[in-house]
Amino acid sequence: MSRVFFLLILREARLLARRPAELANPLVFFAIVIALFPLAVGPETQMLRTLSPGLIWVAALLAVLLSLENLFRSDFEDGSLEQWVVSPHPLTVLVLAKVFAHWLFSGLALVLLSPVLAIMLGLPADRVPILLASLLLGTPVLSLLGAVGAALTVGLKRGGILLALLILPLYIPVLILGSGVLQAALQGLPTLGYLLWMASLMMLTITLTPFAIAAGLKISVGE
Amino acid sequence: MKWTWFHRLGSPKWFYELSGRWLPWFAVATVLLIATGLVWGLAIAPPDYQQGNSFRIIYIHVPASFLAQSIYISLAIAGVVSLVWKMKIADVALQQSAPIGAWMAFISLLTGAIWGKPTWGAYWVWDARLTAMLILLFLYFGVIALGQAISNRESAAKACAVLSIVGVVNIPIIKYSVDWWNTLHQPATFSVIEKPAMPAEMWIPLLIMVVGFYCFFTTVLLMRMRLEILRREAKTSWVKAEVARLVGKKHE
Repeated sequence: MSRVFFLLILREARLLARRPAELANPLVFFAIVIALFPLAVGPETQMLRTLSPGLIWVAALLAVLLSLENLFRSDFEDGSLEQWVVSPHPLTVLVLAKVFAHWLFSGLALVLLSPVLAIMLGLPADRVPILLASLLLGTPVLSLLGAVGAALTVGLKRGGILLALLILPLYIPVLILGSGVLQAALQGLPTLGYLLWMASLMMLTITLTPFAIAAGLKISVGE
Repeated sequence: MKWTWFHRLGSPKWFYELSGRWLPWFAVATVLLIATGLVWGLAIAPPDYQQGNSFRIIYIHVPASFLAQSIYISLAIAGVVSLVWKMKIADVALQQSAPIGAWMAFISLLTGAIWGKPTWGAYWVWDARLTAMLILLFLYFGVIALGQAISNRESAAKACAVLSIVGVVNIPIIKYSVDWWNTLHQPATFSVIEKPAMPAEMWIPLLIMVVGFYCFFTTVLLMRMRLEILRREAKTSWVKAEVARLVGKKHE
């Protein structure tokens, strides 16, 4: 079973390497959204620093959502998903591999890009490790929850806005905790409690969402 | 195998007949309870010593909020039933109660805003309970939008069932995180639930209104479900006979 897991990740890596734009677009989107805020609210350093936790998290959340729209699309169109459903391997493991691969390339890239943008917004450099920790724990949750919506809407012609409508309310706990960590770090408060909460959210989504994703894919394939 | 076939074919007609017998009772109970509760609550109950008459909006606000929350749970229960036992009726119930739930959440927010202006001085504050209700409204929108976007009825039923189950698992997490978020940024300056203990002449009409709203929900849901059953089963002979009977009765 673990062999299938790694083979699938390898396949995803190969596919993404052939279409680097798919990898880069959410990152560019992330950077542009962050750049819009100083233009909209004004360039005062103090205000931007106060707003930076929220800005980074909202932008990251939207970027992940954008990248998820096509998560299952090509597999759905070329029939790979049908092969997954009829294959002897459990669908939950296959979708977990798929989402993990997606996170490994687009989510992790987002995490790596975030310190640059955070420092541009005036987040003190010594808070960057906490930003990285919160994003590392939070983005897998975003990917997995979003994959539930992507699985349910993959068969639809225009699933994009619907996906946002379905998934954004479910992202709220991650947003609150993620920006809460940074807010606390900016005020010099302890952050471990938040990070542990985010870690438990991550464990919860890793264990539960594969079943919902698998059920969603079966519905979309069966249509 | 035999039973599944029997179940699928038999259920809608059986439900239609049964609900036809229930419906008048629920309708009468709704009218009686809501009329009693409204007159008692709006005219007879004493005004609040602090808020004066503006508190009377709770006779609409509280029942609507109760319903908005319990309807979402009933969506998930209907979703489990329709996924596990593949019952058509459960899907009809899910699809038809989601808009009612969304309206109840909207009424709860609207009456809350109307009440908030004279009492708090603002139509909207980012209080944890208000925000949680707003998110609940968004969750309802998601279920409704998904149900309408998928044209295949069977797929739409399953997809909505999965979504409402995911939503119900998330609701406690959202609720706690929103509570936490609010206490983080500002200490609770006021709470919607903590009021001076209510005297009986205030809470008895409230209880009547809550029960009345539940009866109202049941009545409207049964009516919507019966209409939807007629629409879905339009090709069967019993629906044709029923429609002919209904139309014939109107002409006489």
